[in-house]
Amino acid sequence: MKISFTKIIILSFAIFILGIFWQGLKTNKNYDTKNLVGSKISNFQLSEINNHQQYISEENLKKNNYTLINFFASWCAPCRTEHKYLLNLSNSKKEIKIIGINFKDKKINANNFLSELGNPYDFVGKDIDGKTSILFGIYGIPESILINNELIVIKKIIGPIDEIQFNEILKLIQ
Amino acid sequence: MNLKIFFSIIYFLFLAPLYSSDERIKLLEIYKNLRCLVCQGQSIADSNSDFAATIKLVVQDQVNEGKTKDEIYNFLISKYGEWIVYQPTFSKSNLLLWILPYFIFIVGGLIIFAIIRKSKHNKAN
Repeated sequence: MKISFTKIIILSFAIFILGIFWQGLKTNKNYDTKNLVGSKISNFQLSEINNHQQYISEENLKKNNYTLINFFASWCAPCRTEHKYLLNLSNSKKEIKIIGINFKDKKINANNFLSELGNPYDFVGKDIDGKTSILFGIYGIPESILINNELIVIKKIIGPIDEIQFNEILKLIQ
Repeated sequence: MNLKIFFSIIYFLFLAPLYSSDERIKLLEIYKNLRCLVCQGQSIADSNSDFAATIKLVVQDQVNEGKTKDEIYNFLISKYGEWIVYQPTFSKSNLLLWILPYFIFIVGGLIIFAIIRKSKHNKAN
């Protein structure tokens, strides 16, 4: 009687552990911010890169049907590859405004970057110490957040925008 | 005499950590419970990455504003998900995680109790 009782305990314990391992295999441990989609962006205040007197806050974004908030820097190579899609987007005459947030960058470098590649942004804000990026749940650039006029996150893109994501954005803002 | 002075200096040096500010200790506690997302396996306290440095700045600001630990954790969870804190929150999906150790503790105790009682019973026979 005693042996069978111990056996049952050991067996059920083994099954339980295997179950945990099985579950562990199935869950994705890669970090992603999918959960942010559907949440509202925080209140923020951002000063213009060349004009400290000029500010933008979440109130300004409520006026736009859609806003794409793009974090970029002159030192970030992938930002160069996604830049043409941002230009395409700003030329597309869709009801979307693009806010660029210059992340941990020097003013002169950022301005050179924009004059060299073109400026797709309706407003370029600066985030010298990166604190604003935390408000938006950014952990590495480039990252882009598409929000609607209720300030709800519709899409979050980690890494550079590519052809597929560009088309997806166009579909979402129709 | 010199030896006495020497040892008293050493003694007071070792006391110094006791007088480090509460705020520093609180900050360190918070950093240790935050996972660095770009350098997985390290906490914000351990990491020197750009991301960790920024998180430290933000946490410092919030501590200065008088926010509690939980408020800071909740803020970061709302931005980065539960993954950013090491200590899991108490939720439905985590229920087993929190309950199981106590459950095993109680069941283990019962098993030991049963075994001891049985062996005593056998000895008595």
